[in-house]
Amino acid sequence: MTKTALQFRHNGRDVALFVDGGVNLLVALRESIGDMTPKFGCGQGGCGACSVLIDGELHLSCLTLAETVNGRAVETLDGLKDGPNLHPLQRAFMEQFAAQCGYCTPGMLMAAKALLDRNPSPSRAEVIEAISGNICRCTGYEPIINAVLAAASGGRARA
Amino acid sequence: MLELRKDIFADERDDNLKEIGRGTQRQDMLGHVTGTSTYFDDHKLQGMLHLKVLRSPHAHARLRRIDTMEAERSAGVRRIIRGADVPRNLNTLLSLINFGKDDEPSLAVDKVRYKGEPIVAVVADSPREAYEAIAKVRVDYEPLPAVFDVEGALKPGAPVVNETYPKNTFVYHDVYDHQKLRFGDVERGFAEADHVLEQHYQMSPIEHAPTETNGSIAAPDTNGRYVVYTSTQALFFSLDTCAKILDVPSNTFHFIGGTVGGGFGGKVDTLTEPLAILGAMLTGRPVRYQLGREEEMQFGSPRGAERIYIKDGVMRDGRIVARKIRAYFDSGAYTRLSSYAVVKCVAHLPGPYTIPNVHGDVYCVFTNRTPATAMRGFGVTAMDFALECQMDKLAHLVGIDPMEFRILNAYRDGDMKAHRREAKNTALIECVQVAAEKAKWPLREEMRRMSSRKDGGGSRAAVSPTPLEPAPQGAAVSQQRTTYDRAPPATIQPPPPTPTPSPPRPPAPSPSHGATRFSSVFGTRRR
Ligand code: FES
Ligand code: FES
Repeated sequence: MTKTALQFRHNGRDVALFVDGGVNLLVALRESIGDMTPKFGCGQGGCGACSVLIDGELHLSCLTLAETVNGRAVETLDGLKDGPNLHPLQRAFMEQFAAQCGYCTPGMLMAAKALLDRNPSPSRAEVIEAISGNICRCTGYEPIINAVLAAASGGRARA
Repeated sequence: MLELRKDIFADERDDNLKEIGRGTQRQDMLGHVTGTSTYFDDHKLQGMLHLKVLRSPHAHARLRRIDTMEAERSAGVRRIIRGADVPRNLNTLLSLINFGKDDEPSLAVDKVRYKGEPIVAVVADSPREAYEAIAKVRVDYEPLPAVFDVEGALKPGAPVVNETYPKNTFVYHDVYDHQKLRFGDVERGFAEADHVLEQHYQMSPIEHAPTETNGSIAAPDTNGRYVVYTSTQALFFSLDTCAKILDVPSNTFHFIGGTVGGGFGGKVDTLTEPLAILGAMLTGRPVRYQLGREEEMQFGSPRGAERIYIKDGVMRDGRIVARKIRAYFDSGAYTRLSSYAVVKCVAHLPGPYTIPNVHGDVYCVFTNRTPATAMRGFGVTAMDFALECQMDKLAHLVGIDPMEFRILNAYRDGDMKAHRREAKNTALIECVQVAAEKAKWPLREEMRRMSSRKDGGGSRAAVSPTPLEPAPQGAAVSQQRTTYDRAPPATIQPPPPTPTPSPPRPPAPSPSHGATRFSSVFGTRRR
């Protein structure tokens, strides 16, 4: 199978790899780089489990051709921690019981990060809108929404 | 009061629990928020191959010919697996507890019985190459008439879905085509009732849709063993099922699981492990078999659709005096766990109410639809929905507040249940009282004073005279045995153990394997 050479920034680090022609970014991240944080839930753009940031913008890696990220910056949950310290979103998800099976969590966290990066104090409606492309079959969403709001207000619960 | 047998569970826990109302950090949460929780698909093994399956496009068809010649020559293909390659290509999940007959192949051989049924598996270097080879498999189908309706499947002349059960119903105890409950005389109850209400409820199949699809990775280990990473919800159940299908001792396998990306009952069916392991056995390489989302919908079992008929007799003062239920569980083309759902359903009738005359008939029916299985309270959820709709309608009919109507009919300690067991530790009245309070739903003082502990028993503890019905014609009643007995089958089965009063006896050890017990519905008493 033809291979394509590819270079991009992965969580702040330069990576260079060969991928099979036509492969999507989800497979490239998981199988070529070994970053298992983005998850496969459908491969059809329906669930958001594979969500990553490309140049700071939220994308579904299962619908992104790997070749299209050449020269760009890709962020995944693997890069969310600051050294040993959890990101406020991670802490809030932990404290607010915002994950049950945890399978949607990497995508949820990236969707939430994309929101807070551009809007540090979102309203409840904005949080709901921001995670509307991410399916969670376990938690019922309420704890996730609360966790994002808590992280936005620096851990202080908001009215 | 919950009693913990301290003589057995001495170290189990402190009785002085103070956990409620306090936060406790879950131990798996850090892994979830950092993305380091390891699901089956997060294992990357050297030289891993990929397995994909050709599925039936027909709901019911005879397989005249399967031609894999061209597929075998397709790029990247390591192995084609057909039904004949599966050591024991017929299984039913509950054979592990000797319940039901083997009825489902891992790969279809003579017939396909639902859309999505697996026919041929391809193991290749990449998923893409596996799909390309699958497109080259030629199957000559002879479409057969299909049946999709539970009552249609029971009509004379209906197509036979699954030859193991030629009447399209699961067979209980070798004789019965359904599960029955008889308590008192419903016909007399209806004759005495002020009102009779008959209603019909129809459910849809429901897909669990876990965010992680079903899948597994099997890899050869040392000493002829295999390590299996799996999404299963039922690790040892799956391990034993694989040992049976692949006809090897269960210590051949080292199953690793526990981190499941959502299950809800949809990951108990051992859907992928047998073929993944067989692929690893036949190629000597790690093999990954992960369902796509469409396969999860088509091949992964849903909650079965149920059709329920309820006829109730009620008095003007609100007492329900007779309840007659006829229900059909749509099992799809194979049993999977629907037979057990029916047992659970009948054990649940007539709901948490004291009714002197109860009559239940529940069928597990085969149709050409995706086989159904467990899902969150299966067997009970849909029936409860129907019963509680019925309770509202009855309350309306007699002009009583629906909350009070439930309190009036609720079972109480000391009442006789339709299964001829005394009701104990009942709390429905208290639940309704609390629910009413939380919902600010006004209850009359007299209703607020009622208690599950008071006024039960007495005449409510009686078993009303129950007319006898002729016994069904058929083989002698014996416990169901499957073909999964390694020892040559004994010609004479030992008679079933006589039911003993409490304490229940431990279940008789199975000759072939450790029996797994699902719940107290089985095991203690059969009838
Ligand atoms: S896997 Fe990408 S949206 Fe579902
Ligand atoms: S926690 Fe299971 S899907 Fe969201």
